[in-house]
Amino acid sequence: MNPVVAQTGGQAGIDWAWIGRNSGYIGEQFVEHLLLTALPLLFGFVIAFALSLAAVRWPRLYSPLLSVTGVLFTIPSLALFVILLGFTGLSIWTAVIPLTIYTLLILVRNIVEGFRGVPPEVRDAAEAMGFRRPRQIVRVELPLALPVIFAGLRIATVTTVGLVTISALVGQGGLGQLFLDGYSRRFPTPLLVALALSVALAVAADLLLLAIQRALTPWTTKEA
Amino acid sequence: MGILTEIIAWFADPGNWEGANGVPARAVEHLWYSAASFAIALIIAVPVGLWVGHTDRGGTVAVNVANVGRAVPSFGIIVLMFVYFGLGFAPVLVALVAFAVPPMLTNTYTGVRDVDPEVRDSAEGMGMRGGQVLWHVEVPVAMPLIMAGVRTSAIQVVATATLAAVVGLGGFGRYIINGFAVQDYPQMVGGAVLVAVLALLVEGVLAFLQRLVVSDGVAGESAEIVAKARSQLRPAASTSS
Repeated sequence: MNPVVAQTGGQAGIDWAWIGRNSGYIGEQFVEHLLLTALPLLFGFVIAFALSLAAVRWPRLYSPLLSVTGVLFTIPSLALFVILLGFTGLSIWTAVIPLTIYTLLILVRNIVEGFRGVPPEVRDAAEAMGFRRPRQIVRVELPLALPVIFAGLRIATVTTVGLVTISALVGQGGLGQLFLDGYSRRFPTPLLVALALSVALAVAADLLLLAIQRALTPWTTKEA
Repeated sequence: MGILTEIIAWFADPGNWEGANGVPARAVEHLWYSAASFAIALIIAVPVGLWVGHTDRGGTVAVNVANVGRAVPSFGIIVLMFVYFGLGFAPVLVALVAFAVPPMLTNTYTGVRDVDPEVRDSAEGMGMRGGQVLWHVEVPVAMPLIMAGVRTSAIQVVATATLAAVVGLGGFGRYIINGFAVQDYPQMVGGAVLVAVLALLVEGVLAFLQRLVVSDGVAGESAEIVAKARSQLRPAASTSS
């Protein structure tokens, strides 16, 4: 059906020798991918946490906050990368800023829902015990909100791992570079390697976050 | 503000509005890619989601398939389809459909599944049969979430259709890919702005449509439901939902 594949001598299978020769390069792109995933999640979480605390304190802010982050979420990632390119050039920020923006909708929603899910009795009890507001948030409400917050973090993480690949189209590193290599040479091996690594990274990060959540909230696993 | 004037100049240039590489022609291509894949995905996802939700059979499988889908980068699949099947719309269409199905499927399924059992029981108590319960009770009650899934899929399709240009097809992505190749920044931003505007338009039209098809009694806070739908899918490794 497709003569292009045949011309380059590539088969449908994996060229293991190519992987061996390029393991250093693959490793570099993988590390870059990790960085481009971790930074937006870190920044996104800090920003979303602050916004969410404000939305919990002033509930009227919540709906507009979701609308604004929802509109930002609607803008296609490639479009945002391109627009950023004019301001931040080929620096890492061209990928990090849009990816941070995309985490906000998911994180804000889950952090706020997490705090909202704290039973009012618990809040009353904490108040009656003499907790001041900031300490009550950290010591009482945050632990109870953690499972929902972590659910959001996991979704944001898996989403970000996938979105990072697109930033290769505006000159960023990461596993998307291997997609471009596979494209320009009509060669499936880099594509299959990058797809496998990207899915593996998403699953590994997801499991890691799940393990951290279970360690932080041991009471949730006892019921399950 | 040199960049800004260059971008405005790009939009103002009549040459960019004519011929096969003009904005109208690229808009038609982009809309065609999006509409075709969205329609096919809708025809697959909604009936399956309704059936799975109504019978509550195969729900875990459906959600897990959707979850794995979220972890797979669409960009990689589009290029892989190209490398295996060559230049053409069909390989890209398959990839676009594959990524448009999960949000609609999961939200339709969870929407129907989570209908209050008492509401379902009372419908049955009134003598409704399975099909009637589905169409007259479950679908209207689940409609906010179904529509939220539809909106999520639609904007995702519009965004992903941009990548068709990477593998030699048209659409607004052409301006981004061509512009990047020759470092023509105004052209790239032109494409980016067009894609972003299209995505926001689609979102706006569907949000309006949602108001028409969702009964007032179950409408709820639109922004909250959409946010819920967009953070609905659990990541791949989780099987707890």
